[in-house]
Amino acid sequence: MANYITKIFGESPVAPMQEHMEVCFKAARALLPFFEQVMVYEWGEASMWRDKIVSLEKEADELKKQIRGQLPKSMFMPVPREDLLNLLWAQDQIANTARDISGIVLGRKMHIPEKIQKTFNEFVQRNCDAAKKARKSVRELDELYTTGFRGAEADFVEKLVDELDQIENETDEMQAQVREELFSLEKSLPPVDVIFLYQVIELIGEIGDMAERIGRRLELLLSH
Amino acid sequence: MDNALIYIALAAIFGLFMAWGIGANDVANAMATSIGSKAITVKQAVIVAAVFEFSGAVLAGGEVTKTIRKGIIDASSLTDTPEYLVFGMLAALLAAGMWLLIASRRGWPVSTTHSIVGAIIGFAIVGIGMDSVQWVMVGQIVASWVASPLIAGTLAFLLFKSVQWLILSRPDPLERARRYVPFYIFLAVFMMALVTMFKGLKHIGLDLTTFNAYMIAAGSGVIVAVIGKFFIQRIQPNRKAEKKFHYFTVERVFAVLMVVTACGMAFAHGSNDVANAIGPVAAVISIAQEGALTQKSPVSIWILLLGGLGIVVGLATYGRHVIATVGSKITHLTPSRGFAAELAAATTIVIASGTGIPVSTTHTLVGAVLGVGMARGISAIDLGVVGRIFLSWIITIPAGAILAIVFFFLLKFIFA
Repeated sequence: MANYITKIFGESPVAPMQEHMEVCFKAARALLPFFEQVMVYEWGEASMWRDKIVSLEKEADELKKQIRGQLPKSMFMPVPREDLLNLLWAQDQIANTARDISGIVLGRKMHIPEKIQKTFNEFVQRNCDAAKKARKSVRELDELYTTGFRGAEADFVEKLVDELDQIENETDEMQAQVREELFSLEKSLPPVDVIFLYQVIELIGEIGDMAERIGRRLELLLSH
Repeated sequence: MDNALIYIALAAIFGLFMAWGIGANDVANAMATSIGSKAITVKQAVIVAAVFEFSGAVLAGGEVTKTIRKGIIDASSLTDTPEYLVFGMLAALLAAGMWLLIASRRGWPVSTTHSIVGAIIGFAIVGIGMDSVQWVMVGQIVASWVASPLIAGTLAFLLFKSVQWLILSRPDPLERARRYVPFYIFLAVFMMALVTMFKGLKHIGLDLTTFNAYMIAAGSGVIVAVIGKFFIQRIQPNRKAEKKFHYFTVERVFAVLMVVTACGMAFAHGSNDVANAIGPVAAVISIAQEGALTQKSPVSIWILLLGGLGIVVGLATYGRHVIATVGSKITHLTPSRGFAAELAAATTIVIASGTGIPVSTTHTLVGAVLGVGMARGISAIDLGVVGRIFLSWIITIPAGAILAIVFFFLLKFIFA
């Protein structure tokens, strides 16, 4: 005989949301060793990291689908369903961007000009830092649910989001600097390569933007 | 009366079967929130349920049994043909049992209480006449079916809000939990004990004054709270688990409270639902023995014992499996939520039991869960399922009634 009271409790989206963020962060973090290999033209090693990023992105997609599936419209939740799905989208976008970046760079066997490598690497690192801070914030999601999005825990998450904003500001400044350095070199480089290099820089900056957006979404959850 | 012994035997068998069914199925609903929060293991839940369902049934089940036995039907028009009432009550038991069997097979969420009340009203209207139904009482019962989830929901909302405000939203939730949880334990024990003493204990020969009742209730509250405090103090913070989930130890403090409210919930369920099985049995027995349903004769204690025993047997034979299933399905209800829902539901149900009103344990509990949800306490509640549960009683009443009418004429044909 069926017991129906168990069916009242929908599956909590919290744990899968956090797992999804972990996977997306791992995809972004894999960009660091990936670029390390790119800089020394180790295309075999680089393509190994690219495969890793692709498989992490697929894993994130699966989780995303699962989470969406368990949040039908009839679900009554402490936070609006749309806000949660928007947060999920922003998280997912980090993995997607990492996949796109590694795809372009590996596909074109891109050379990062030596003169901009230092700033470029710092720029990638800082964007990964932003993703890491976003992960730290999403790791507080279960605590936020426990406290009902109020009080000391909510203040703590506010603080994390402020720190995240700070990092994102820095990535913006670094992005301007990488572009400036590239601009001073661009006449000496093949034009098509330069165009794609600008595009890759844009995409790397996107990771920081998405991390910031995750912070915004969390803040929205707090404001209800 | 002719066939008196057969009637009594039949009533006892049907009644025991109903009680078995309640133990097998309904108890799992009452215990669901406890097991879901992992505050107690399945084995502990079965033991708690057995002890407190039984004591609830025996100590506080008298009033609702009285209502089912003679509160819904006015038997004064039946002094010439008291057998009709026997057939009716037997039919009601059969109908409710049958309907519950069909519904549970199909996975429909139905209430034992609604089935039996619907069945009694059904046979009364057709078998005896419109006037024989105590419509005022029926009105009160139906109103309570709307009111009990609402009251439990409001209580649960307020309880959980107070937990958020006093403990969860603070920077030092563990210290605060250690300080305040004993008060919630006191509150839980005090409420259960008070209502039981006010209403339940007369039939076991204990008649207390109001002042004494308050004093004893407060005394037992303090004793259990002190015991609870002892266990709470012994809980050591688990730093490793806290790193992953900061409220790990706080929830373990609430788990102590949850053990108390689980007992309360089982007690409340026993006190209200035992009547669904043995109310009609009590009626049949007093008619068969005395030839009429006298308003004076009290519910004898052995009938309550029989009901309590039936529930425990149902629990032991089948219910423990259902409880285990429930435990594996509810995965993320933490004790700080579960306790609020249970305390609210148990309080509402025990007050209903004291007043003699049969309410649906499940509906009351669902109302309480929604109350916690309203306070942003539960990460996801499926409103579709909630809607189906609340709508189901609309079909349960006519279904119980129609089945009861069929069985009534069948029994009348066989025996008269």
